Amino acid sequence: MINIEIDGKQLQVENGRSVIEAAHQAGIYIPHFCYHKKLSIAANCRMCLVQVEKAPKPLPACATPVAEGMKVYTASEQAVKAQKGVMEFLLINHPLDCPICDQGGECELQDLAVGYGGSASRYQEDKRVVLHKDIGPLVSAEEMSRCINCTRCVRFGVEVAGEMELGQAFRGEHAEIMSFVDGAVNSELSGNMIDLCPVGALTSKPFRYKARTWELSRRRAVSPHDSLGSNLAALVMNNRVMRVDPVENEELNECWISDRDRFSYEGLNSEERLTKPMLKQGGKWQEVDWQVALEYVANGLRQIGKEAGAAQIGALVSPGSTLEEMHLVQKLVRGLGSHNVDFRLRQSDFSADGKMQGAPWLGMKVAEVSSADRMLLVGSFLRKDHPLFASRIRQAVKRGAQVNLLHSADDDLLMKLANKAIVPPSELVPMLAQILQAVATSKGTHLHSSVQSLVQGVVVSATAKTIAENLAGGERAIILLGNFAQQHPQAAQLQLLSQHIAALSNARFGFIGEGANSVGGYIANAVPAEGGMNAAAMLASPRKAYLLMNVEPELDAHNGQLALEAMKSAEMVVAMSSYKHKAMDYADVMLPIAPFTETSGSFINAEGRLQGFRGAVKPLGETRPAWKVLRVLGNLLNISGFDYDTSEAVRDEVLGGRDVSASMNNTLQGLVVQPAPVSTGMQRVADVPLYATDSIVRRSAPLQATRDAQTPAVQMRSDDLAKLGIKAGDTVKVTMGQNTVQLTASVNEGLPAGVVRVAAGRAETAGLGAMFGAISVERV
Amino acid sequence: MLSDQIKTRIDRELAKYPADQKQSAVMAALRFVQDEKGWISNDDMEDVAGYLGMPHMAVYEVATFYHMYNLKPMGKHTLTVCTNISCMLCGSSEVVDYLGKKLGIGLGEVTADGKFGLREGECFGACVDAPMFTINNKRLCGKLTNAKIDEILAELDKQ
Repeated sequence: MINIEIDGKQLQVENGRSVIEAAHQAGIYIPHFCYHKKLSIAANCRMCLVQVEKAPKPLPACATPVAEGMKVYTASEQAVKAQKGVMEFLLINHPLDCPICDQGGECELQDLAVGYGGSASRYQEDKRVVLHKDIGPLVSAEEMSRCINCTRCVRFGVEVAGEMELGQAFRGEHAEIMSFVDGAVNSELSGNMIDLCPVGALTSKPFRYKARTWELSRRRAVSPHDSLGSNLAALVMNNRVMRVDPVENEELNECWISDRDRFSYEGLNSEERLTKPMLKQGGKWQEVDWQVALEYVANGLRQIGKEAGAAQIGALVSPGSTLEEMHLVQKLVRGLGSHNVDFRLRQSDFSADGKMQGAPWLGMKVAEVSSADRMLLVGSFLRKDHPLFASRIRQAVKRGAQVNLLHSADDDLLMKLANKAIVPPSELVPMLAQILQAVATSKGTHLHSSVQSLVQGVVVSATAKTIAENLAGGERAIILLGNFAQQHPQAAQLQLLSQHIAALSNARFGFIGEGANSVGGYIANAVPAEGGMNAAAMLASPRKAYLLMNVEPELDAHNGQLALEAMKSAEMVVAMSSYKHKAMDYADVMLPIAPFTETSGSFINAEGRLQGFRGAVKPLGETRPAWKVLRVLGNLLNISGFDYDTSEAVRDEVLGGRDVSASMNNTLQGLVVQPAPVSTGMQRVADVPLYATDSIVRRSAPLQATRDAQTPAVQMRSDDLAKLGIKAGDTVKVTMGQNTVQLTASVNEGLPAGVVRVAAGRAETAGLGAMFGAISVERV
Repeated sequence: MLSDQIKTRIDRELAKYPADQKQSAVMAALRFVQDEKGWISNDDMEDVAGYLGMPHMAVYEVATFYHMYNLKPMGKHTLTVCTNISCMLCGSSEVVDYLGKKLGIGLGEVTADGKFGLREGECFGACVDAPMFTINNKRLCGKLTNAKIDEILAELDKQ
């Protein structure tokens, strides 16, 4: 620790800190633009000049490390004179267009100009003009003359997003921020540049000219799109979410949010919103009262339960539903006498059910991922599935952590990987078994009998050995299973192997859950038990009645085609949804339920953190919060225990005062390992594209205009394509079993041989079937 | 595409730097491209970026920062006149005017036959010889007078 004095205050500061950090720690504000606590030091705006005793001239506080006995004056005559001088220079070229600037009211330059700027300019010459740029559908760079060249956006790209898409070209007076040859900024974290920009140069394109910042009220929300549970602020005007900003939470999203969290709100105001209950009568949709719709549903369910048995009723719940919604759905279904309820829609292997000791979770705190020194990622399109987890791991890699990847696609994670094993889906389990065998051999231990059959006859490859050694060499090693591993047909085996590798190499392991409430679904017991059917079984042997909660079955299920057929063959489909989606073709009742901004509720994120939120705006039209709809439905069906006054009461019933963390456990016990089906021919690898994950993002127009939302193509290695006589750009016929779709072929050299990558979650590919399995491609 | 000759020269530069800091050779690499092609296109920058394993934008930043890199075709002989303070005081404006009149082009332009280009440059650090220009950044010509300029242009014209 070092003793310094700032503005007469005696402080003890850690060695190596800068003056600005020491000052902020003591609550002393030093004006600044280019400095940002999460970015490297550029010291190019010069706004933070302060006087330091014995220094001949003012020093930039952001780039001056503290030294013993240092005396700093942040508001002395010399300091203020320097700061005012800098401000005058900054304002020389800055346009005076605050009244029409979107940043007005929340602009760091505007605020500081009030404190340090002159009331009139002495500058008579022409101001410089910087041409506007088009850098994509999310970030507006329409007024680059406002830029003060602080380079925060550039540093963010390089240091946090991992990709240098913006840079500062040219020099001196001509310097300007731009992308290479007018390319778009495609980062999945690009929206953070809007927050970072201290002026109005980079602003939100969808929010452009929609409202002034002082007209907006901030309401807290939690991201429903992934399992990190990013803290959000919904900015509201006239009962409409106009914009979404991050709320800082160092333990989860730090000060960032992904573009999916930031721009998904545009989907909330989509034209496709369902605003009135609808009933299909005689093949025609009619808008009806809630009472009529709910009575119809209650009668229908009661009748099917009576005539065909309650087991003919099944409920599918989106993993992005709140804890309260999940609890009430399962309570309702169980009240009817059925146990067919599931939220794990994209999962295909349910052999772990009943063998798990608790709800599968991250296995650690999110923040602990940052301090890991060795990692093994199993089956994850990490960057696109969980943009901020990827960013956190990227920072850890910069600090020296080593990441090993076992996956079926070599997508650029924009971080240095220590080792990678890119194998076809059918080889994931054998490869992980090799790693386990290598760990066991090096430790000289005998493997537990439960995994013996998996490692039997396994020949350890050099890659597996290197990965095993790498893991064993760490002090804080972790193993993370991604979405792909959870959706894999041998997910339980991957889990079992990870469990044993973790135990032997003194690592921790866990799941980066797919949905916002992937842990909560287990806690709420929205999973089949007592002989109920899981999500896959409910679709494989169709039920007579389905209750859909925020689900678009053909896009959200592991096998979209099967799901669609099951829906079409059902006697009654009740779609509780915020949108008029494909269910209009097969459903009998559409009940408009509120999306996350219009209801209260809570999510339990990957690390088991319960985060509650209230509705940011009133439900649109006759939309109602789903927990209220289910409450009425429960009462109409005479199921006891549906008298709740608030969603908090529902939550209290779920948790019953228990500690969520005690219910989470990744350990598998007594899993019977089934031999893998022999796979021949080409295998499908399916990712769920970033902006196809749930019904809200699918309807966000700006997100759908990005590169990540392009029409999916069939991706294969060039040698595989050549074997079939197909060129990139050709239209090809893709077949899985009985199902066929036509798509465009493209080259992806990062795939293993014999693998065909076709995205799931998209209407174009929904007709194909399961996310894994044999697939064939032929020329049209 | 970078020619084999350029690649050989870049490799020679790369040997001077640690293997994980290949981008240290970016300025030299751009110079080699310009030596061969006379200017550096965006495609060339992408090739250099790919060869050195650095972001395209980072190469673009370097190429646009230094005025000695030509970002468009500049003619066989590019004359870069220093217009900074010492040269200005010694008559660089007259040099620019005379060259402009003689070649029929302004700053940043190329003659129709592609033989001569004219550029404005920053201080060459040799003010003792002001006013001055360089030919293709390689040859420095100082103490310029109209007669001397005529002589140099005639000599270049023959090449």
